[in-house]
Amino acid sequence: MLLIDCPHCGPRSETEFSYGGEAHIARPLDPAALSDAEWADYVFLRDNPKGLIRERWMHAHGCRRWFNVARDTVTYEILTVYPMGAEPPDLPERRYP
Amino acid sequence: MRLKRWFKAALHRRVAADTIQPETGIGRCGTTGWSEGAATGMNKRYSIFSLARNAFSRHENWQEAWRSPTPKPRYDAVIIGGGGHGLATAYYLAKQHGMTNIAVLERGWLGGGNTGRNTTIVRSNYLWDESAALYEQAMKLWEGLSRELNYNVMFSQRGVLNLAHNLHDLREIQRRVNANRLNGIDGEVLDAQQVKDFCPAIDLRAGGRYPVLGASLQRRGGTARHDAVAWGYARAADALGVDIIQECPVQGIRVADGKVQGVETARGYIETNKLGIVVAGHSSLLAEMAGFRLPVQSVPLQALVSEPVKPAINCVVMSGAVHAYISQSDKGELVIGAGVDKYVGYGQRGSQPVTEETVAAICEMFPIFRRMRMMRQWGGIVDVCPDASPIISKTPVEGIYINCGWGTGGFKATPGSGWAFAHTVARNEPHPLNAPFTLDRYRTGYLIDEHGAAAVAH
Repeated sequence: MLLIDCPHCGPRSETEFSYGGEAHIARPLDPAALSDAEWADYVFLRDNPKGLIRERWMHAHGCRRWFNVARDTVTYEILTVYPMGAEPPDLPERRYP
Repeated sequence: MRLKRWFKAALHRRVAADTIQPETGIGRCGTTGWSEGAATGMNKRYSIFSLARNAFSRHENWQEAWRSPTPKPRYDAVIIGGGGHGLATAYYLAKQHGMTNIAVLERGWLGGGNTGRNTTIVRSNYLWDESAALYEQAMKLWEGLSRELNYNVMFSQRGVLNLAHNLHDLREIQRRVNANRLNGIDGEVLDAQQVKDFCPAIDLRAGGRYPVLGASLQRRGGTARHDAVAWGYARAADALGVDIIQECPVQGIRVADGKVQGVETARGYIETNKLGIVVAGHSSLLAEMAGFRLPVQSVPLQALVSEPVKPAINCVVMSGAVHAYISQSDKGELVIGAGVDKYVGYGQRGSQPVTEETVAAICEMFPIFRRMRMMRQWGGIVDVCPDASPIISKTPVEGIYINCGWGTGGFKATPGSGWAFAHTVARNEPHPLNAPFTLDRYRTGYLIDEHGAAAVAH
């Protein structure tokens, strides 16, 4: 079970949060200009790393605010929590075979 | 006939000491447990005569079920992934398409991934025509599989119930059963009393937190012994000349001019121009090695088993609404399946709140199990597609084929998946059965959305 440190409410159990998937995906500014393949990439393709992931969480049963988490998908260690809109923090890449 | 079956069952009980034990049981039984003192020149076919013959030597001279060959420098086709799907692919490549100079590469031991971690449920009651055709092909293969492989996969058509807890569930079940029957798949809608008659262990007295209003029943559905499926396919493929190479992780894929050249492995470079990738939760990693991306997310799906008890539950009971599945193994353990974690993860454990929710739901529906103790809990990494349907397809790299995205329901499809994927690899084009399950469907929009439609909520 994850203990997620909500930047507004403090550390809480994962059951209080909902998951938002990969972070830092920008909605295309002009969707109509995209090809079908580019649109499919935006809608369906997500990073699925075995190692460091940057993802969004929302404190659904608390402050209901979104924030970003950098996490290791193998050890489940939460490396850092940072606000929406912030640049991804500079963390060493982690990859497992 | 009955005697023969009894002997076969006895043989398998001896061989397969542990039914559901993902961590330790599989490698031991599959590779060395009964291969000591391998005798050459013996009839490889299992029969009552071979059983009797071996009884005279205290069962110490059974031949190896499959060889452990050194990889050749080149194969006509290489399949990455020695789980049920990969081994089935190799078997059908050799059997149906005459490709015998092929290899299966497995990073660990055969069936040590999701094949040995699932809850062994087999059914084909999918809503959409495309899925129904694919899973029903698998069901038909299941029905003759033990005979086909000369290996008892303990396929038991004990019936699968999918419960309805509210009016909407009931209507969804009626719709799905109608769709199944139009597709030639057996299905019935049961009311609450019929559910109780079919599965007496279920509690309907007070309605409870999850009242049961009815269920769909697929009588041809049931369970199979998951390890035996991997071992049976491995043994049959090996007999046809397929090299099965365990403890051989793939470290890189060589691609030149958009065509596959070969694979780098822990046991050296292997040249091939047909490469099939069937690695479930690690599909994204292999695709990345080959230079393309997949629309899958890897999450742990967990299961647990109880201490063994006398026969208590005679069928498979599934509830999509509360995400709890239960059946009883031949060894007597309750086999309980849960839902997936909600976030990406590669830990083969699963999140504890998921276990808790599942067990709570089981206790609510089956109060008689409230004092059962759970013995083991584990997770398998499943790769889930956005539409909860698999991808059995060519890829942007010529000569590379992918079979992935089975998500939470791959075991039931094992024979059909291998059968269709072998066709795709051998002919370089999909069979009509798997033609809709292309990687390109996310671009064209032709999704096969089984989220919530496939009798369980994914």
